[in-house]
Amino acid sequence: MLLAWEGLSRAGLLAEDGFSRPSRFVAAGARAMADGTLPRQTLESLAAAVLGLAVAVVLGVATGALLGLSRPLERAAQPTIDALRPIPSVALVPLALLVFGFSIGMSASVSAFACFWPVLLVTISAVRGVDPRLMEVARMLGFGRAHRILKFALPAAAPGIMVGVRVAAGIAIVVTITTEIVGNPRGLGYGMAIAAQSLQADLVWATLLWIGCVGWALNHGLNALERRGLRWMAGR
Amino acid sequence: MKVLLRALPGIALLAAVLAGWSLAAQVKLVNPLWFPGPERTAGVLAEWVRSGELWDPLCRTTLRMFGGWLVAALVGTAAGAAIASSRRAHALLSPSAEFLRPLPASAMLPPAVLVLGMGDTMIVAVVAFGCLWPVLLGAIHGFRSLDPRLADVADTLGIHGMARALKFSLPGALPDIFAGLRVSISIALIITVAAEMLSSQAGVGYMMLVASRSFRSADIFAGIAVLGVLGFATNAATQALENRLLRWRPAQAGT
Repeated sequence: MLLAWEGLSRAGLLAEDGFSRPSRFVAAGARAMADGTLPRQTLESLAAAVLGLAVAVVLGVATGALLGLSRPLERAAQPTIDALRPIPSVALVPLALLVFGFSIGMSASVSAFACFWPVLLVTISAVRGVDPRLMEVARMLGFGRAHRILKFALPAAAPGIMVGVRVAAGIAIVVTITTEIVGNPRGLGYGMAIAAQSLQADLVWATLLWIGCVGWALNHGLNALERRGLRWMAGR
Repeated sequence: MKVLLRALPGIALLAAVLAGWSLAAQVKLVNPLWFPGPERTAGVLAEWVRSGELWDPLCRTTLRMFGGWLVAALVGTAAGAAIASSRRAHALLSPSAEFLRPLPASAMLPPAVLVLGMGDTMIVAVVAFGCLWPVLLGAIHGFRSLDPRLADVADTLGIHGMARALKFSLPGALPDIFAGLRVSISIALIITVAAEMLSSQAGVGYMMLVASRSFRSADIFAGIAVLGVLGFATNAATQALENRLLRWRPAQAGT
Protein backbone atom coordinates (compact mmCIF):
# COMPACT_ATOMS: atom_id res chain seq x y z
CA MET A 1 0.00 0.00 0.00
CA LEU A 2 2.82 2.39 0.89
CA LEU A 3 4.59 1.47 -2.35
CA ALA A 4 1.45 2.21 -4.34
CA TRP A 5 1.19 5.53 -2.53
CA GLU A 6 4.77 6.45 -3.42
CA GLY A 7 4.22 5.43 -7.02
CA LEU A 8 0.94 7.31 -7.40
CA SER A 9 2.46 10.38 -5.81
CA ARG A 10 5.49 10.35 -8.11
CA ALA A 11 3.21 9.86 -11.07
CA GLY A 12 1.39 13.02 -9.99
CA LEU A 13 -1.93 11.30 -9.33
CA LEU A 14 -2.13 12.23 -5.64
CA ALA A 15 -2.11 15.91 -4.76
CA GLU A 16 1.24 16.40 -3.12
CA ASP A 17 0.33 19.24 -0.77
CA GLY A 18 -2.16 16.99 1.02
CA PHE A 19 -0.89 13.48 0.70
CA SER A 20 2.87 14.09 0.61
CA ARG A 21 4.65 10.82 -0.14
CA PRO A 22 6.13 8.06 2.01
CA SER A 23 9.77 8.81 1.22
CA ARG A 24 9.23 12.44 2.27
CA PHE A 25 7.49 11.73 5.51
CA VAL A 26 10.05 9.22 6.60
CA ALA A 27 12.61 11.98 6.10
CA ALA A 28 10.45 14.47 8.01
CA GLY A 29 10.01 11.99 10.81
CA ALA A 30 13.75 11.42 11.02
CA ARG A 31 14.34 15.19 11.17
CA ALA A 32 11.77 15.71 13.93
CA MET A 33 13.26 12.78 15.80
CA ALA A 34 16.80 14.15 15.46
CA ASP A 35 16.01 17.70 16.62
CA GLY A 36 14.18 16.35 19.66
CA THR A 37 10.63 17.66 19.01
CA LEU A 38 9.11 14.23 18.44
CA PRO A 39 10.61 12.64 21.58
CA ARG A 40 9.65 15.68 23.66
CA GLN A 41 6.07 15.67 22.39
CA THR A 42 5.85 11.92 22.98
CA LEU A 43 6.92 12.36 26.59
CA GLU A 44 4.41 15.18 27.09
CA SER A 45 1.58 13.08 25.71
CA LEU A 46 2.57 10.01 27.68
CA ALA A 47 2.91 11.99 30.91
CA ALA A 48 -0.61 13.41 30.53
CA ALA A 49 -2.03 9.99 29.66
CA VAL A 50 -0.32 8.29 32.60
CA LEU A 51 -1.43 11.01 35.04
CA GLY A 52 -5.03 10.76 33.81
CA LEU A 53 -4.94 6.98 33.98
CA ALA A 54 -3.51 7.04 37.51
CA VAL A 55 -6.23 9.37 38.77
CA ALA A 56 -8.90 7.27 37.08
CA VAL A 57 -7.53 4.03 38.54
CA VAL A 58 -7.38 5.40 42.09
CA LEU A 59 -10.87 6.89 41.96
CA GLY A 60 -12.36 4.08 39.90
CA VAL A 61 -11.02 1.26 42.05
CA ALA A 62 -11.99 3.02 45.30
CA THR A 63 -15.54 3.76 44.12
CA GLY A 64 -15.84 0.39 42.44
CA ALA A 65 -14.80 -1.49 45.59
CA LEU A 66 -17.38 0.40 47.67
CA LEU A 67 -20.18 -0.18 45.17
CA GLY A 68 -19.14 -3.75 44.47
CA LEU A 69 -19.35 -4.75 48.11
CA SER A 70 -22.73 -3.21 48.78
CA ARG A 71 -25.76 -3.91 46.59
CA PRO A 72 -27.92 -1.11 48.06
CA LEU A 73 -25.13 1.40 47.53
CA GLU A 74 -24.71 0.29 43.93
CA ARG A 75 -28.44 0.55 43.28
CA ALA A 76 -28.42 4.02 44.75
CA ALA A 77 -25.48 5.12 42.61
CA GLN A 78 -26.85 3.65 39.38
CA PRO A 79 -28.95 6.64 38.21
CA THR A 80 -26.05 9.03 38.86
CA ILE A 81 -23.71 6.76 36.88
CA ASP A 82 -26.27 6.42 34.09
CA ALA A 83 -26.63 10.19 33.94
CA LEU A 84 -22.90 10.93 33.75
CA ARG A 85 -21.58 8.05 31.66
CA PRO A 86 -23.06 8.96 28.27
CA ILE A 87 -21.27 12.32 28.34
CA PRO A 88 -18.65 12.10 25.59
CA SER A 89 -15.20 12.85 26.99
CA VAL A 90 -14.39 15.62 24.52
CA ALA A 91 -17.42 17.52 25.79
CA LEU A 92 -15.30 18.25 28.86
CA VAL A 93 -12.50 19.86 26.85
CA PRO A 94 -13.93 23.40 27.00
CA LEU A 95 -14.50 23.08 30.74
CA ALA A 96 -11.03 21.62 31.32
CA LEU A 97 -9.60 24.50 29.30
CA LEU A 98 -11.26 26.99 31.64
CA VAL A 99 -10.16 25.18 34.78
CA PHE A 100 -6.63 24.13 33.90
CA GLY A 101 -5.71 26.37 30.98
CA PHE A 102 -3.07 25.08 28.60
CA SER A 103 -1.41 22.50 30.80
CA ILE A 104 -0.91 18.84 31.46
CA GLY A 105 -3.93 19.00 33.80
CA MET A 106 -6.28 19.78 30.93
CA SER A 107 -5.43 16.63 28.96
CA ALA A 108 -5.04 14.52 32.09
CA SER A 109 -8.41 15.51 33.58
CA VAL A 110 -10.32 14.71 30.40
CA SER A 111 -8.59 11.36 30.00
CA ALA A 112 -9.18 10.63 33.69
CA PHE A 113 -12.92 11.12 33.11
CA ALA A 114 -12.85 8.83 30.07
CA CYS A 115 -10.82 6.14 31.85
CA PHE A 116 -12.85 6.27 35.05
CA TRP A 117 -15.84 4.36 33.60
CA PRO A 118 -14.17 1.17 32.38
CA VAL A 119 -12.15 0.96 35.61
CA LEU A 120 -15.25 1.55 37.74
CA LEU A 121 -17.45 -0.97 35.94
CA VAL A 122 -14.79 -3.67 35.84
CA THR A 123 -13.94 -3.14 39.51
CA ILE A 124 -17.59 -3.43 40.54
CA SER A 125 -18.01 -6.73 38.75
CA ALA A 126 -14.59 -8.06 39.81
CA VAL A 127 -15.21 -7.25 43.47
CA ARG A 128 -18.67 -8.73 43.24
CA GLY A 129 -17.14 -11.89 41.83
CA VAL A 130 -14.89 -12.40 44.85
CA ASP A 131 -15.73 -15.60 46.65
CA PRO A 132 -18.28 -14.62 49.34
CA ARG A 133 -16.77 -17.21 51.68
CA LEU A 134 -13.49 -15.27 51.62
CA MET A 135 -15.32 -12.12 52.67
CA GLU A 136 -17.17 -14.03 55.36
CA VAL A 137 -13.90 -15.36 56.75
CA ALA A 138 -12.57 -11.80 56.85
CA ARG A 139 -15.67 -10.66 58.72
CA MET A 140 -15.44 -13.56 61.16
CA LEU A 141 -11.85 -12.68 61.90
CA GLY A 142 -13.09 -9.27 62.94
CA PHE A 143 -11.48 -7.13 60.28
CA GLY A 144 -12.99 -3.70 59.70
CA ARG A 145 -14.53 -2.62 56.43
CA ALA A 146 -11.47 -0.75 55.13
CA HIS A 147 -9.26 -3.66 56.02
CA ARG A 148 -11.57 -6.14 54.34
CA ILE A 149 -11.55 -4.13 51.14
CA LEU A 150 -7.80 -3.50 51.02
CA LYS A 151 -6.51 -6.85 52.21
CA PHE A 152 -9.14 -9.25 50.92
CA ALA A 153 -11.43 -7.97 48.21
CA LEU A 154 -8.97 -5.99 46.09
CA PRO A 155 -6.18 -8.60 45.86
CA ALA A 156 -8.73 -11.25 44.96
CA ALA A 157 -10.27 -8.99 42.33
CA ALA A 158 -6.93 -7.79 40.94
CA PRO A 159 -6.84 -9.92 37.76
CA GLY A 160 -10.25 -8.63 36.73
CA ILE A 161 -9.33 -5.05 37.54
CA MET A 162 -6.16 -5.37 35.45
CA VAL A 163 -8.28 -6.04 32.38
CA GLY A 164 -10.15 -2.77 32.94
CA VAL A 165 -6.90 -0.88 33.50
CA ARG A 166 -5.53 -2.17 30.20
CA VAL A 167 -8.64 -1.02 28.34
CA ALA A 168 -8.40 2.31 30.13
CA ALA A 169 -4.72 2.72 29.20
CA GLY A 170 -5.63 2.54 25.53
CA ILE A 171 -8.38 5.09 26.07
CA ALA A 172 -6.03 7.38 28.00
CA ILE A 173 -3.57 7.79 25.15
CA VAL A 174 -6.31 8.27 22.54
CA VAL A 175 -8.16 10.86 24.61
CA THR A 176 -4.95 12.70 25.48
CA ILE A 177 -4.00 13.03 21.84
CA THR A 178 -7.54 14.11 20.99
CA THR A 179 -7.49 16.91 23.57
CA GLU A 180 -4.12 18.05 22.25
CA ILE A 181 -5.42 18.17 18.69
CA VAL A 182 -8.52 20.06 19.76
CA GLY A 183 -6.88 22.68 21.90
CA ASN A 184 -3.94 22.05 24.18
CA PRO A 185 -0.62 23.33 22.83
CA ARG A 186 1.53 20.41 23.95
CA GLY A 187 2.22 16.84 22.98
CA LEU A 188 1.94 14.78 19.80
CA GLY A 189 -1.61 15.86 18.98
CA TYR A 190 -0.66 19.51 18.96
CA GLY A 191 2.42 18.75 16.88
CA MET A 192 0.14 17.21 14.27
CA ALA A 193 -2.48 19.92 14.39
CA ILE A 194 0.06 22.71 14.00
CA ALA A 195 1.86 20.86 11.21
CA ALA A 196 -1.47 20.54 9.40
CA GLN A 197 -2.20 24.22 9.85
CA SER A 198 1.18 25.18 8.43
CA LEU A 199 0.63 22.73 5.56
CA GLN A 200 3.60 20.52 6.44
CA ALA A 201 1.94 17.40 5.13
CA ASP A 202 5.07 15.27 5.46
CA LEU A 203 5.33 16.05 9.18
CA VAL A 204 1.61 15.31 9.75
CA TRP A 205 1.91 11.86 8.21
CA ALA A 206 5.21 11.20 9.98
CA THR A 207 3.63 12.02 13.35
CA LEU A 208 0.61 9.87 12.54
CA LEU A 209 2.88 6.92 11.77
CA TRP A 210 4.83 7.58 14.95
CA ILE A 211 1.61 7.63 17.00
CA GLY A 212 0.72 4.30 15.44
CA CYS A 213 4.11 2.88 16.48
CA VAL A 214 3.82 4.26 20.02
CA GLY A 215 0.33 2.84 20.38
CA TRP A 216 1.48 -0.53 19.11
CA ALA A 217 4.46 -0.59 21.49
CA LEU A 218 2.28 0.42 24.45
CA ASN A 219 -0.23 -2.27 23.70
CA HIS A 220 2.43 -4.95 23.53
CA GLY A 221 4.18 -3.64 26.63
CA LEU A 222 0.94 -3.74 28.62
CA ASN A 223 0.19 -7.22 27.34
CA ALA A 224 3.57 -8.44 28.54
CA LEU A 225 3.12 -6.72 31.90
CA GLU A 226 -0.28 -8.28 32.38
CA ARG A 227 1.04 -11.75 31.57
CA ARG A 228 3.80 -11.30 34.14
CA GLY A 229 1.37 -9.98 36.68
CA LEU A 230 -0.96 -12.92 36.15
CA ARG A 231 1.91 -15.38 36.43
CA TRP A 232 2.66 -13.89 39.82
CA MET A 233 -0.94 -14.40 40.85
CA ALA A 234 -0.95 -17.97 39.59
CA GLY A 235 2.30 -18.62 41.41
CA ARG A 236 0.96 -17.60 44.80
CA MET B 1 -45.33 0.95 44.33
CA LYS B 2 -42.60 -1.57 44.90
CA VAL B 3 -40.77 -0.41 41.80
CA LEU B 4 -41.01 3.13 43.10
CA LEU B 5 -39.58 2.13 46.46
CA ARG B 6 -36.68 0.35 44.83
CA ALA B 7 -35.85 3.34 42.67
CA LEU B 8 -36.09 5.74 45.58
CA PRO B 9 -32.49 5.57 46.91
CA GLY B 10 -31.12 6.09 43.41
CA ILE B 11 -33.27 9.12 42.76
CA ALA B 12 -32.44 10.44 46.21
CA LEU B 13 -28.71 10.21 45.52
CA LEU B 14 -29.08 11.89 42.15
CA ALA B 15 -31.06 14.67 43.83
CA ALA B 16 -28.42 14.90 46.56
CA VAL B 17 -25.70 15.27 43.94
CA LEU B 18 -27.68 18.07 42.29
CA ALA B 19 -28.32 19.75 45.63
CA GLY B 20 -24.65 19.44 46.55
CA TRP B 21 -23.70 20.98 43.23
CA SER B 22 -26.11 23.85 43.80
CA LEU B 23 -24.91 24.42 47.36
CA ALA B 24 -21.24 24.28 46.34
CA ALA B 25 -21.91 26.90 43.70
CA GLN B 26 -23.88 29.14 46.06
CA VAL B 27 -21.31 29.22 48.82
CA LYS B 28 -18.65 29.62 46.11
CA LEU B 29 -16.78 26.54 47.27
CA VAL B 30 -14.94 26.51 43.97
CA ASN B 31 -14.15 29.38 41.66
CA PRO B 32 -17.55 30.57 40.35
CA LEU B 33 -15.82 31.62 37.14
CA TRP B 34 -15.91 28.06 35.90
CA PHE B 35 -18.44 26.54 38.25
CA PRO B 36 -22.03 27.67 37.69
CA GLY B 37 -24.82 26.14 39.73
CA PRO B 38 -27.43 23.86 38.22
CA GLU B 39 -29.94 26.74 38.23
CA ARG B 40 -27.82 28.86 35.90
CA THR B 41 -27.10 25.85 33.70
CA ALA B 42 -30.80 25.03 33.45
CA GLY B 43 -31.47 28.71 32.74
CA VAL B 44 -29.09 28.66 29.78
CA LEU B 45 -30.67 25.43 28.51
CA ALA B 46 -34.16 26.90 28.75
CA GLU B 47 -32.99 30.03 26.94
CA TRP B 48 -31.44 27.93 24.17
CA VAL B 49 -34.65 26.00 23.70
CA ARG B 50 -36.84 29.12 23.88
CA SER B 51 -34.84 31.14 21.37
CA GLY B 52 -34.29 28.13 19.11
CA GLU B 53 -30.54 28.74 19.25
CA LEU B 54 -29.91 25.11 20.08
CA TRP B 55 -31.62 23.37 17.18
CA ASP B 56 -29.37 24.30 14.29
CA PRO B 57 -26.07 23.21 15.91
CA LEU B 58 -27.74 20.15 17.38
CA CYS B 59 -29.10 19.10 13.96
CA ARG B 60 -25.71 19.59 12.31
CA THR B 61 -23.91 17.58 14.97
CA THR B 62 -26.47 14.77 14.82
CA LEU B 63 -26.43 14.62 11.02
CA ARG B 64 -22.62 14.43 10.82
CA MET B 65 -22.59 11.79 13.47
CA PHE B 66 -25.19 9.60 11.77
CA GLY B 67 -23.70 10.26 8.33
CA GLY B 68 -20.30 8.89 9.29
CA TRP B 69 -21.88 6.06 11.24
CA LEU B 70 -24.04 4.97 8.27
CA VAL B 71 -21.07 5.05 5.88
CA ALA B 72 -19.14 2.90 8.36
CA ALA B 73 -22.10 0.52 8.66
CA LEU B 74 -22.30 -0.01 4.88
CA VAL B 75 -18.56 -0.16 4.21
CA GLY B 76 -17.88 -2.27 7.29
CA THR B 77 -20.59 -4.80 6.43
CA ALA B 78 -19.50 -5.07 2.80
CA ALA B 79 -15.80 -5.33 3.60
CA GLY B 80 -16.52 -7.75 6.44
CA ALA B 81 -18.50 -10.00 4.09
CA ALA B 82 -15.68 -9.88 1.54
CA ILE B 83 -12.95 -10.64 4.07
CA ALA B 84 -14.95 -13.44 5.67
CA SER B 85 -15.93 -15.17 2.45
CA SER B 86 -12.91 -14.81 0.22
CA ARG B 87 -9.39 -15.85 1.03
CA ARG B 88 -8.02 -13.47 -1.56
CA ALA B 89 -9.83 -10.45 -0.13
CA HIS B 90 -8.61 -11.47 3.30
CA ALA B 91 -4.99 -11.61 2.12
CA LEU B 92 -5.39 -8.30 0.30
CA LEU B 93 -7.17 -6.26 2.97
CA SER B 94 -6.16 -7.55 6.36
CA PRO B 95 -2.53 -6.28 6.47
CA SER B 96 -3.74 -2.74 5.75
CA ALA B 97 -6.52 -3.11 8.27
CA GLU B 98 -4.13 -4.39 10.92
CA PHE B 99 -1.94 -1.37 10.35
CA LEU B 100 -4.74 1.23 10.33
CA ARG B 101 -6.89 -0.14 13.12
CA PRO B 102 -4.74 0.79 16.15
CA LEU B 103 -4.47 4.42 15.02
CA PRO B 104 -6.63 6.66 17.20
CA ALA B 105 -9.39 7.99 14.95
CA SER B 106 -8.96 11.51 16.25
CA ALA B 107 -5.33 11.41 15.10
CA MET B 108 -6.73 11.11 11.57
CA LEU B 109 -8.19 14.61 11.92
CA PRO B 110 -5.08 16.66 10.94
CA PRO B 111 -4.27 14.58 7.85
CA ALA B 112 -7.95 14.60 6.91
CA VAL B 113 -7.96 18.39 7.15
CA LEU B 114 -5.00 18.48 4.77
CA VAL B 115 -6.59 16.16 2.25
CA LEU B 116 -10.29 17.06 2.50
CA GLY B 117 -10.21 20.58 3.91
CA MET B 118 -12.27 21.86 6.82
CA GLY B 119 -15.76 20.86 5.88
CA ASP B 120 -18.54 18.41 6.53
CA THR B 121 -16.91 15.87 4.19
CA MET B 122 -13.82 15.80 6.38
CA ILE B 123 -15.82 15.34 9.57
CA VAL B 124 -18.02 12.60 8.13
CA ALA B 125 -14.96 10.82 6.70
CA VAL B 126 -13.11 10.78 10.03
CA VAL B 127 -16.25 9.70 11.89
CA ALA B 128 -16.67 6.88 9.39
CA PHE B 129 -13.03 5.87 9.85
CA GLY B 130 -13.45 5.72 13.62
CA CYS B 131 -16.74 3.81 13.42
CA LEU B 132 -15.51 1.36 10.82
CA TRP B 133 -13.43 -0.95 13.00
CA PRO B 134 -16.00 -2.22 15.50
CA VAL B 135 -18.46 -2.82 12.63
CA LEU B 136 -15.84 -4.51 10.47
CA LEU B 137 -14.70 -6.85 13.23
CA GLY B 138 -18.29 -7.67 14.10
CA ALA B 139 -19.14 -8.30 10.46
CA ILE B 140 -16.14 -10.57 9.87
CA HIS B 141 -17.01 -12.60 12.93
CA GLY B 142 -20.70 -12.67 12.04
CA PHE B 143 -20.22 -13.78 8.45
CA ARG B 144 -17.71 -16.45 9.47
CA SER B 145 -19.97 -18.00 12.05
CA LEU B 146 -22.81 -18.90 9.68
CA ASP B 147 -24.55 -21.98 10.99
CA PRO B 148 -23.09 -24.88 8.95
CA ARG B 149 -26.55 -26.42 8.62
CA LEU B 150 -27.80 -23.22 6.98
CA ALA B 151 -24.78 -23.28 4.65
CA ASP B 152 -25.75 -26.84 3.71
CA VAL B 153 -29.30 -25.74 3.02
CA ALA B 154 -28.04 -22.96 0.74
CA ASP B 155 -25.78 -25.44 -1.06
CA THR B 156 -28.61 -27.90 -1.52
CA LEU B 157 -30.91 -25.22 -2.88
CA GLY B 158 -28.15 -24.09 -5.21
CA ILE B 159 -28.17 -20.54 -3.88
CA HIS B 160 -24.86 -18.77 -4.43
CA GLY B 161 -23.36 -15.33 -4.68
CA MET B 162 -25.41 -12.28 -3.90
CA ALA B 163 -28.65 -14.07 -3.04
CA ARG B 164 -26.84 -16.31 -0.62
CA ALA B 165 -25.07 -13.40 1.04
CA LEU B 166 -28.29 -11.43 1.46
CA LYS B 167 -30.65 -14.24 2.43
CA PHE B 168 -28.44 -16.51 4.47
CA SER B 169 -25.24 -14.86 5.66
CA LEU B 170 -26.47 -11.35 6.38
CA PRO B 171 -29.29 -12.27 8.76
CA GLY B 172 -26.91 -14.55 10.61
CA ALA B 173 -24.30 -11.83 10.83
CA LEU B 174 -26.66 -9.02 11.90
CA PRO B 175 -26.39 -9.56 15.66
CA ASP B 176 -22.60 -9.28 15.50
CA ILE B 177 -22.78 -6.29 13.18
CA PHE B 178 -25.15 -4.56 15.57
CA ALA B 179 -22.86 -5.19 18.50
CA GLY B 180 -20.22 -3.27 16.53
CA LEU B 181 -22.67 -0.54 15.56
CA ARG B 182 -23.60 0.07 19.19
CA VAL B 183 -19.95 0.62 20.08
CA SER B 184 -19.57 2.83 17.02
CA ILE B 185 -22.35 5.25 17.84
CA SER B 186 -20.52 6.42 20.98
CA ILE B 187 -17.31 6.78 18.98
CA ALA B 188 -19.22 8.77 16.34
CA LEU B 189 -20.36 11.35 18.88
CA ILE B 190 -16.89 11.83 20.35
CA ILE B 191 -15.21 12.26 16.99
CA THR B 192 -17.91 14.56 15.66
CA VAL B 193 -17.53 16.89 18.64
CA ALA B 194 -13.73 16.80 18.48
CA ALA B 195 -13.79 17.50 14.74
CA GLU B 196 -16.16 20.45 15.22
CA MET B 197 -13.86 21.90 17.84
CA LEU B 198 -10.82 21.51 15.60
CA SER B 199 -12.35 22.78 12.38
CA SER B 200 -14.61 25.51 13.81
CA GLN B 201 -17.65 24.10 12.00
CA ALA B 202 -20.96 25.20 13.47
CA GLY B 203 -22.20 22.53 15.84
CA VAL B 204 -22.58 21.76 19.53
CA GLY B 205 -18.82 21.13 19.92
CA TYR B 206 -17.87 24.46 18.41
CA MET B 207 -20.58 26.27 20.37
CA MET B 208 -18.99 25.00 23.59
CA LEU B 209 -15.47 25.92 22.54
CA VAL B 210 -16.61 29.48 21.82
CA ALA B 211 -18.31 29.59 25.22
CA SER B 212 -15.06 28.44 26.82
CA ARG B 213 -13.06 31.18 25.09
CA SER B 214 -15.43 33.84 26.39
CA PHE B 215 -15.59 32.28 29.88
CA ARG B 216 -19.33 31.54 29.73
CA SER B 217 -19.16 28.56 32.01
CA ALA B 218 -22.93 28.05 32.30
CA ASP B 219 -23.02 27.60 28.51
CA ILE B 220 -20.31 24.95 28.76
CA PHE B 221 -22.22 23.02 31.40
CA ALA B 222 -25.39 23.30 29.32
CA GLY B 223 -23.46 21.99 26.31
CA ILE B 224 -22.12 19.07 28.34
CA ALA B 225 -25.68 18.26 29.37
CA VAL B 226 -26.90 18.44 25.77
CA LEU B 227 -24.13 16.11 24.59
CA GLY B 228 -24.83 13.74 27.47
CA VAL B 229 -28.49 13.57 26.46
CA LEU B 230 -27.51 13.16 22.81
CA GLY B 231 -25.17 10.30 23.75
CA PHE B 232 -27.88 8.65 25.79
CA ALA B 233 -30.56 9.12 23.12
CA THR B 234 -28.45 7.82 20.23
CA ASN B 235 -27.46 4.80 22.29
CA ALA B 236 -31.10 4.08 23.11
CA ALA B 237 -32.11 4.59 19.47
CA THR B 238 -29.49 2.10 18.27
CA GLN B 239 -30.65 -0.37 20.85
CA ALA B 240 -34.29 0.08 19.79
CA LEU B 241 -33.38 -0.36 16.12
CA GLU B 242 -31.48 -3.51 16.97
CA ASN B 243 -34.39 -4.94 18.95
CA ARG B 244 -36.74 -4.19 16.09
CA LEU B 245 -34.58 -5.58 13.32
CA LEU B 246 -33.66 -8.66 15.30
CA ARG B 247 -37.14 -9.38 16.57
CA TRP B 248 -37.21 -12.66 14.65
CA ARG B 249 -34.26 -13.92 16.61
CA PRO B 250 -35.16 -16.16 19.53
CA ALA B 251 -34.12 -14.60 22.78
CA GLN B 252 -30.64 -15.82 23.60
CA ALA B 253 -29.04 -15.86 26.98
CA GLY B 254 -26.07 -13.63 27.38
CA THR B 255 -26.25 -11.66 24.16
